[in-house]
Amino acid sequence: MHKCDLCDKPAVLNELIREKDDQWRQIHLCEDHARAYGYPGSGEIKSEDLAEASGKVKKRTTGRRKRLASCDACGLTLASFRRHGLLGCSECYHAFEAHLEPLIGRAQAGATHHCGHVPDQKDAHIDRRLNRMRLLKELNDAVSTEQYERAARIRDELHSLEECGPEDSGETSAEAEKEQADHGSAQ
Amino acid sequence: MVRPSENGPWLGESGQDSDVVVSTRVRLARNIDGVPFVNKATDADRNEIVGMVRRTPLFAADAGELDWVEVDELDGCDRRKLVERHLISRQFADSEASRGVGISRDESLSVMVNEEDHLRIQTLGTGLMLHEAHDRIATINRELESHLDFAFNPRWGFLTACPTNVGCGVRFSVMLHLPGLRITEELDRVRRAAKDLNLAVRGFHGEGSESTGDFFQISNQVTLGVSEQDLLETFAGDIVPRLVDYERSARQLLLDKRIRNLEDRVHRAHGILASARMLEANETINLLSRVRLGVSLGILKTPSVREVHRLLLHVQPAHVSAITNAPLEDNEASRVARAGMVRGIFGG
Repeated sequence: MHKCDLCDKPAVLNELIREKDDQWRQIHLCEDHARAYGYPGSGEIKSEDLAEASGKVKKRTTGRRKRLASCDACGLTLASFRRHGLLGCSECYHAFEAHLEPLIGRAQAGATHHCGHVPDQKDAHIDRRLNRMRLLKELNDAVSTEQYERAARIRDELHSLEECGPEDSGETSAEAEKEQADHGSAQ
Repeated sequence: MVRPSENGPWLGESGQDSDVVVSTRVRLARNIDGVPFVNKATDADRNEIVGMVRRTPLFAADAGELDWVEVDELDGCDRRKLVERHLISRQFADSEASRGVGISRDESLSVMVNEEDHLRIQTLGTGLMLHEAHDRIATINRELESHLDFAFNPRWGFLTACPTNVGCGVRFSVMLHLPGLRITEELDRVRRAAKDLNLAVRGFHGEGSESTGDFFQISNQVTLGVSEQDLLETFAGDIVPRLVDYERSARQLLLDKRIRNLEDRVHRAHGILASARMLEANETINLLSRVRLGVSLGILKTPSVREVHRLLLHVQPAHVSAITNAPLEDNEASRVARAGMVRGIFGG
């Protein structure tokens, strides 16, 4: 068991904090020090104290506390995924989606959506439609908040999705655009 | 336990563009829905996965295409032999969890169960035969899909333990023999081009291996945002033919401008293989590579390509160890046995 970084008591809190330079650092605190530093409140960790007390840790800048993401289904933590590069189950794709998006994008030449074989055509058509609806909503959000680069990227994804296969509902692109316009006017 | 077939389909004699393309492999990664991926699976989960896969018709005792091999029950030499025959990965051979592999009788199809993903399905063939290999694996996949629910997400496609393999989860791969490009010092240019095209370039034994004998495995890295058919058409119809043309041009350049140098390389290699009393594995593969080049260009009449291919497989450590009953490591006995085997073909 780890000792507290500030005293010799056993640590009850093992937390990753992300510092200003985006480096991650593991801290260990006993119950008293965890409470003293505001956990689980929103106060900031006094990292100078951490460094001084442990006597081993370099002086660090004040870090923003961040709860470590983990997958509810299999228990995999983000730290473990970063260490080994492997996910634990299908649900990890939802749990870590924000972290996976850029990683997959880099590995897959910017691609963000599957457009190959699907195990069941009927389900896939429904899913493709839902996907398109989601993208249309995101597009309208991006336009309404003047995030034009994001909007362009989403529009590319929409085009890519439409190129992937025939629409299940038989809607044309014009109908899709109308749907988009409807979404826009609803906001 | 390894099968009696001498070469395995990836080292046959002929095939389209076989002067440059040694073999073709298509691989699919799949996971079963609702079961943790292998690295988070319990022993019970892994056993369940094995049971689910083995209950599919592919493994049916009477008409199934695949025979089941329990990897845990193999000794180190037999595991290594399966790696050398490209039927399992090194990682799979060395792991300790419950796992196994289904292998077709001609070794052209194998299904690893509980590798990095629940299933790694691969088809192998000689020369350039990506369309045939893909058709076969698509059929196998459909058959498995009718019995197993694969983990699938409409956005990411087929879900894999390593998130960079998502999408269609298919890897097209060819093993190319590129001695001409190496001798003409054009390999770096090809590597750069491959990188630009999002291709992986690996060595003789695949991931993590060094290039030996100027044999390179080239495969697609992108599996998302593109259909299997488009990937196949690009890879088989554009990328591989272009690489084959580069290599042939390099060989022609050598024939036109550096024939004496080329003949010297080839005949020296032949001479060593016909005479040596001790040979190390990689040294042998490097020499066989030169002989293969000589046979392809008509500089040598013998041995045949088939014999060269047979040696490329059988001079590897586990295959030598199986013949000599010597330990798997490289030592004097294995080198002597290897040299003897080679002289048997080269007539020295």
